Formats: sequence, C-alpha cells, structure tokens
Amino acid sequence: MITSALIFAFGCFGLGLLLNLWRIATGPDSADRILALDTMVINIIALLILYGIWQGTAVYYEASMLVAMVGFVSTVAYCRFVLRGDIIE
Amino acid sequence: MIVEILISAFLVIAGIFGIVGSLGMIKLQETMQRLHAPTKATTLGVGGVLIASMLYFGLVKGEFSFHELMITLFLFITAPISANFIAKTFMQANMRAKDLPPSQSEYGWSVYVDPPKREAPEGE
Repeated sequence: MITSALIFAFGCFGLGLLLNLWRIATGPDSADRILALDTMVINIIALLILYGIWQGTAVYYEASMLVAMVGFVSTVAYCRFVLRGDIIE
Repeated sequence: MIVEILISAFLVIAGIFGIVGSLGMIKLQETMQRLHAPTKATTLGVGGVLIASMLYFGLVKGEFSFHELMITLFLFITAPISANFIAKTFMQANMRAKDLPPSQSEYGWSVYVDPPKREAPEGE
C-alpha cells in the first residue's frame, strides 16, 4: 500500500514540475519565472525525500537539505539582481 | 497495518497539495495571485512528505530521527523571505511609487527609494 501511495505522490510532484516548466516558458514577467523556479525547487525537494523512502535510505535528507539551501540562495540572488542590478552591494 | 494506512494517507495528501500548488501556477491569472501557489506546495505538500518519511523511518525501519523537521523549519523560515523578494521584483517592474499609499515614515518605499546615507561614526 505504501508503494502505491509513493507512486501516486511521485506522479503528482512530477506533473507539478511539468506545470512549473510551462510557467517558466510562457511567464510574461521575470517575477513569474523566479516564482516558478522557486516552486520547482520545492517540488524537487519533495521528490528527493520520496526517493529516499522508496530506497529505504536516509542519505537523501542531506541531499534535500542542500537543495533547499541552494534554492533559497539562488531565488534571493536572482531577485536582488533584477531589483538592484547587483547581488551584493 | 494502521501505520501503513497512516503513511499512505500522508503521502496521498501531500501529493494532492503538491499538484494543487503547481496547478495554481497555471490557473491563476495575475502574478500576485500566483504568489499563493508555492506557499501551499511548501507548507502542506513538502510537510506531508516529511511527516510520512519520519513515520516510515521511525515506525517501519525503527530508526527514528528529527532530520526532517530541520528541512521543514528551513523551508518555513525561507518561504516568506523569497515571497517578499518576488513581490518586490514584481512591483519594481509593473508598479510605480505614485500608485502606492504613502509609507507613513521619513523615507519612501524601499523598492523605489535608495537607502538613506548613514552618518559616519565618531572618530573616522
């Protein structure tokens, strides 16, 4: 039963990634694209943790923690660049 | 058996919230409305997956750990900050300072006005 629920969750988050990709391709504004990239990072964190449950190892927590940190820093850096033309003033 | 039902329920709820959050990115019309979508995906989607993984490793595998709560905490701390930055980016591109109410302070809104120059400290 856990296996079927895992497959369902994998499908949901994978489809979510595709929808975010659509928003990145068609987003009229740069704010839309940053937002879609941020959501993509969150979906990838969920996928990594699901893969960790699937494999039965705890290695993927470290990976998802790193992805969370890199995703936050890249979102803030992209926003700073659009806002001020510079990342660290 | 009950543990399996609980873990599966958390996984299914997390998947539904994840797909709703990402569908909102497509469905909603305005950029400011679209800011809602990743909040749902973060709070309930990733939160549900993390609770399911905590339960799985604690009750099925027998190795309980609180690592997952760290990821939840980190996402809860960073989500409002990135949402604020994205809203500022949108305002800078699409709104002007005269459309906004006054900031009711000595200086204007930080998106449009440069930060005030700080006085040099004594002895420099």
